[in-house]
Amino acid sequence: MEFALKAENIIKYFYEPVEFQALKGLSLEVKKGEFVSLIGKSGSGKSTLLYVLSTMDTDYEGNLEINGETLTGKKQNELARFRNEHIGFVFQFHYLLPEFSVLHNVMLPALKLGRYQRSEIEDRAYEKLKLLGIAEHAPKKASRLSGGQQQRVAIARALINEPAVIMGDEPTGNLDSANTQIVFDIFRELTSKYHQTIIAVTHDDEFARNSDRIIELKDGLII
Amino acid sequence: MLLLFEIAKTQMLSRLKQSIIATLGVTFGIGMFILMISFMTGVNTLLEETMLSATPHIRIYNDIGVQKSSVLHEWKQGKQFVNVVHHIKPKKEKKNLKNGFAIVEDIRKDEQVLGVSPQVSTQVFYNYGAIQIGGSVVGVNIFEENKLFDLVSKMQAGRIEDLLTSNDGILMGVGLARKLNMNIGDKVTVSTPDGTLKVLQVRGIFKYGIGAIDDTRSYANISTVQKMLKEDTRYITDINLKLKDYYQAKTIAQAYQKRYNYKIEDWETANATILVSFTLRNIITYVTSITLLVVAGFGIYNILNMTIYEKMRDIAILKAQGFAEKDVLGIFMIQALTIGVLGGVSGLLIGFLLSWWVSTIPFDSGGFLATETFPVNFNPFHYAIGIVFGVLTTIFAGYFPARKAGKIDPVEILRG
Repeated sequence: MEFALKAENIIKYFYEPVEFQALKGLSLEVKKGEFVSLIGKSGSGKSTLLYVLSTMDTDYEGNLEINGETLTGKKQNELARFRNEHIGFVFQFHYLLPEFSVLHNVMLPALKLGRYQRSEIEDRAYEKLKLLGIAEHAPKKASRLSGGQQQRVAIARALINEPAVIMGDEPTGNLDSANTQIVFDIFRELTSKYHQTIIAVTHDDEFARNSDRIIELKDGLII
Repeated sequence: MLLLFEIAKTQMLSRLKQSIIATLGVTFGIGMFILMISFMTGVNTLLEETMLSATPHIRIYNDIGVQKSSVLHEWKQGKQFVNVVHHIKPKKEKKNLKNGFAIVEDIRKDEQVLGVSPQVSTQVFYNYGAIQIGGSVVGVNIFEENKLFDLVSKMQAGRIEDLLTSNDGILMGVGLARKLNMNIGDKVTVSTPDGTLKVLQVRGIFKYGIGAIDDTRSYANISTVQKMLKEDTRYITDINLKLKDYYQAKTIAQAYQKRYNYKIEDWETANATILVSFTLRNIITYVTSITLLVVAGFGIYNILNMTIYEKMRDIAILKAQGFAEKDVLGIFMIQALTIGVLGGVSGLLIGFLLSWWVSTIPFDSGGFLATETFPVNFNPFHYAIGIVFGVLTTIFAGYFPARKAGKIDPVEILRG
């Protein structure tokens, strides 16, 4: 079985306001196509762990490997490039660019990557929107959509470059139960049908229970 | 790169009003710079031309000074003596240039020289009834003098040729003629410093537009003045010359100084105070314009800073999705540069139109200056300075907020 993500002995300190060890040397492996939930009380270090895994936080000790590539010690520019190509993000808030259309928002990471021609990127973005059932909103400004629709656009945006891993930071934290169910079903479908790896931090027990694997953190360690 | 332009464009268009205001700040700054610099240099050029129209580029004359040594100094020399002669006075000495016409011929061969006019000048009193008015009579070859100062265009009455047809004719300054109540054909008695009286006839009236000349000077033939002074035909006191390039005056004057051993004065030295005022005016112009541009720069800084503050989350998400620091920096620098270039170009245009408009406004100098409208200088160099400086200001004003945006840590923002 291949691993999508491998973290070894991750240690993370915070220095502000006082020195505090948030992650105390934890290791984990996530297989390709696995749907993993990170849970734990607030302050347990689950979000901190996610941002280390996402390569955005580089101030840690240990070793991180995604898609077989070691990322620890790489420069910011290389990491930005890597995130662009291999990691998709879904946050608690959608964080769409309000001045751009829905379609354009989805296209941006692909335009940045520049792997395909613009017209092809447009087709692909449209396809992703169709997959998430919001194709008819494509030309609208992102700010005109409802919360659930915006979150689905954000998922489409995370998928556009066909990343190795999708990372979610409480992706359903801001949604009502109906929309939570929709987003969960989408994640489920992505893993089972498209073999997409997903790692999501969540507070929602039901969401976690229905994922493939639960990793629970307590005081900076996996229990 | 194209993508960065696209994002910058969308951001600017979505806040069109602020973008336009920032651009107008630059437009105003550069427009005013162009207007002020064009007007100021226009005034300077006009004044310089007016000044030079009556001033020779180089004047050669015999500067009579006091000898610093006396017979006593020659008689007893050495360390054991301290010779003091109180208040030495000059000896009786002629004011002429001893080999004057030879110098004139020599200078005529110089290729840098446009024209040479030898002259004999003397202080005189113009006797007007019981009143005496001080002034001068300058003996010239009127055609040579015309070559230097374009006398023909300055004649208010009579023609310069009329001077040649009589032995005792003069061309009189307009201010002097008014004081003496003179018209063409009237006669005036002048007395020289040594008391000789001579009756001269006014054959023409000229006007330089410079009071110091118009109120005191008359032109006569060289021979007339030589006779007044009881001197021979080789006697001349001044040589005036015009150069092809009058900014060379200083260096040429220095060269002549070595060769002829007379006092040689260039126009810049003679008019040092006026030139200082030109320099000061230029400094004021630049300082004011730069202030305007700096204020515009603060406007840009402010607006970009606000944009970045509002767009913090957008920037964080762009960085999360793989936009590097330099990409974000690029997005905001593009915005600053767009403001700078658009504002700069429209500023040049507005500056040009305003300058052109000012140059058509009638201006009454009271006849002292040869102009009917405000003097404005259209110099492409100023436009180049304007655009370069405007763009530099915006780059500077944009860089700091843009760098701040580039350095935003997405983790901090996205974790909330």
